[in-house]
Amino acid sequence: VVLGSGDPAEVTETAPTTPPVSRQRNEPASTVRVVSKTLVADGVLSLELAAPSGGRLPDWTPGSHVDLFLPNDTVRQYSLCGDRFDPFRYRVAVLREPTSQGGSAFVHDELEAGATIGLGGPRNHFPLVPSESYLFIAGGIGITPLLPMVHQAHLLGAEWRLLYGGRRRDSMAFLDELARYRDRVLVRPEDEHGLLDLPDFIGAPRTGPRIYACGPAPLLAAAAAVCDSWPAHTLRVERFASDRTRRPARRTPFEVVLARSGITVSVTPDISVLDALNRAGVELLSSCRRGVCGTCETTVLEGRPDHRDTLLDEEDETADHMYVCVSRSRDDRLVLDL
Amino acid sequence: MTMLTLADPPASDLDPFSHEMLDNPFPMHAELREAGPVVYLTRYDVYALARYEQVHASLVNWQQLESSAGVGLTNLRRTEQFRPPSLLLEADPPRHDAPRRVLGQILTSRSLRRFRESWFSEAEALVADVLSAGPEFDAVTALAQALPMRVFPDAVGIGTEGRENLLPYGDHQFNAFVPTNDLGRNGEERGSALLPWINAQTSRDALAPVGFGADLAAAADRGDITPGMAAALVRTMLSAGIDTTVGGICAVLCAFATHPDQWQRLREDPSLARIAFDEAVRWQSPLQTFFRTAAVDVRIGDVAVPEGAKVLMFLASANRDPRRWDDPDQFDLSRDPSGHVGFGMGIHQCVGQHVARLEAEALLLALARRIRRFDLTGPVKQHHNNTLRAWESIPLRVTLD
Repeated sequence: VVLGSGDPAEVTETAPTTPPVSRQRNEPASTVRVVSKTLVADGVLSLELAAPSGGRLPDWTPGSHVDLFLPNDTVRQYSLCGDRFDPFRYRVAVLREPTSQGGSAFVHDELEAGATIGLGGPRNHFPLVPSESYLFIAGGIGITPLLPMVHQAHLLGAEWRLLYGGRRRDSMAFLDELARYRDRVLVRPEDEHGLLDLPDFIGAPRTGPRIYACGPAPLLAAAAAVCDSWPAHTLRVERFASDRTRRPARRTPFEVVLARSGITVSVTPDISVLDALNRAGVELLSSCRRGVCGTCETTVLEGRPDHRDTLLDEEDETADHMYVCVSRSRDDRLVLDL
Repeated sequence: MTMLTLADPPASDLDPFSHEMLDNPFPMHAELREAGPVVYLTRYDVYALARYEQVHASLVNWQQLESSAGVGLTNLRRTEQFRPPSLLLEADPPRHDAPRRVLGQILTSRSLRRFRESWFSEAEALVADVLSAGPEFDAVTALAQALPMRVFPDAVGIGTEGRENLLPYGDHQFNAFVPTNDLGRNGEERGSALLPWINAQTSRDALAPVGFGADLAAAADRGDITPGMAAALVRTMLSAGIDTTVGGICAVLCAFATHPDQWQRLREDPSLARIAFDEAVRWQSPLQTFFRTAAVDVRIGDVAVPEGAKVLMFLASANRDPRRWDDPDQFDLSRDPSGHVGFGMGIHQCVGQHVARLEAEALLLALARRIRRFDLTGPVKQHHNNTLRAWESIPLRVTLD
């Protein structure tokens, strides 16, 4: 991993190319700017994202995904597939889904470099656990969470191999970046090789290797079937439903009512709930301001929060609390126990 | 972009680890802050950061300022220390990822809710015991050490034999980060002597079936960490989880003993207990310093710090930097202490911070229900430690309702 070039790099929370922004500490951590948009394979776009302030983005680990809140009021989840050692850039890759309801089609056709979009997470439900050997299985765009894992396994000196399938070679993203690993990576486009031969790749059950798979449901089902006789917890999978839809994104102001003090605060899209509370003179302990440390945990009495932190599962709709440094509201009104 | 000319940092022969400085480090912090964003300490060959901006930026910058070469004075690339490296404190990504994730999930404020009721009643019982023996006591032993010792070893799930080793082990361990002075040498020697006992507590058979230790063992069963990591993380909790909390509680009790008006405020509004503890952590910084090692040539302020150099971050000084805080030497409940670096910041931020906060909240609320006023009956004495701000004695007399 290249940490720096010959010139001393500056210890700063702002990217070297951007002048320090004095109010950086107060900007909501829950937005990113689209820096660039590049076609990396047939139907696959790569987006580079940066903090609007030019500052550091929240740290992440291989297997993480983010929520992107698109300007057409949809939310999509994408795996981070860039370099975790670069604190100033995220990269995601977006496959154009033929049946897109407004997520991937919007990203491909309408989202432009320079746009600012909402961010949730990063969260990781697919972490790379410690092992001396790994088998990675990617189907199509399922390469995205596995790409940083492959780099990391290599960095750690683990034994690893990647089986990467896709419809056609030119639809498979990141083959150029994988080329340096030579025969550790088996590239198997379906039109040349047919379906992936999982039994051959995975081999006989044994203790030690961890198997990571991401791709379409039939591929994951096949991997699970092959791993059925392996020790428990060997296979770890990430399902991606095409064009995952979670909820509409809200881009209008909402009200936060503080039940104990009787104060009502209006939260506009450009500030965080925490900042809105602070401006109203409400004292609330916080620390990291990026939804990581959990210090600003606040009990929600009414209304549905829009969880953008790294701590709660996005599926955890039953949570009775939220992290106000980054999380917002889905409803017109949230009542907090403050 | 204009290229800044890189300057030589101002040099200082101050010794932050002398007994005089450890007793009252705050004037030295002010001197270092005023000297510049980076100050070269000639006695130790380290680059010291005493301002909030550079300390905060360095804490979060794990890419360029690494921890795996040691967070003390010693460069672990060149010298071994008396114990194996911590999987959290002395590790960088990617090796840091899995242990941190697993322990972080065990210690979220949500998962600590299961302890809330029992820790609050333990605190009530402790306060009742202390007060039944009379209105005068030493807050260090009677409260600040007693509460963590009453709840934390049980929460981890270690055996009851030998728990008196825990406070000394933590003390030695934090001294050993600077092995060059009398405290550090003693810390290494006595820390090594206690290591076999500590290690014996971390084995799966020795741990209770319920607790943080059992949670770590379960994570190892799932393959999220290795069994060796689970044991090492128990050791980390035992060495980093007690003396630090004791220091935080001492700090907040000292604050209220010297600021009776603030205690009155807390009694009127007990929801200030959380703010009070963090304000005390900002004000005294139980964890005073940590080191990093430059992984590359790195520019801090206008100084080029060479690869391999040790960087000393004064968390305590950042927490009193007037560039960041108004009237920073004042303990003040109307201040928002959010953003202090007393628990660190970034990927190595204290994984047990919610444990410390819950213990402190339990104790403060139990005290607030009974005690109208604290008065010191003698001088407050510091306990010198190379890394911690610690207390030997806080002699108190309390006035009850």
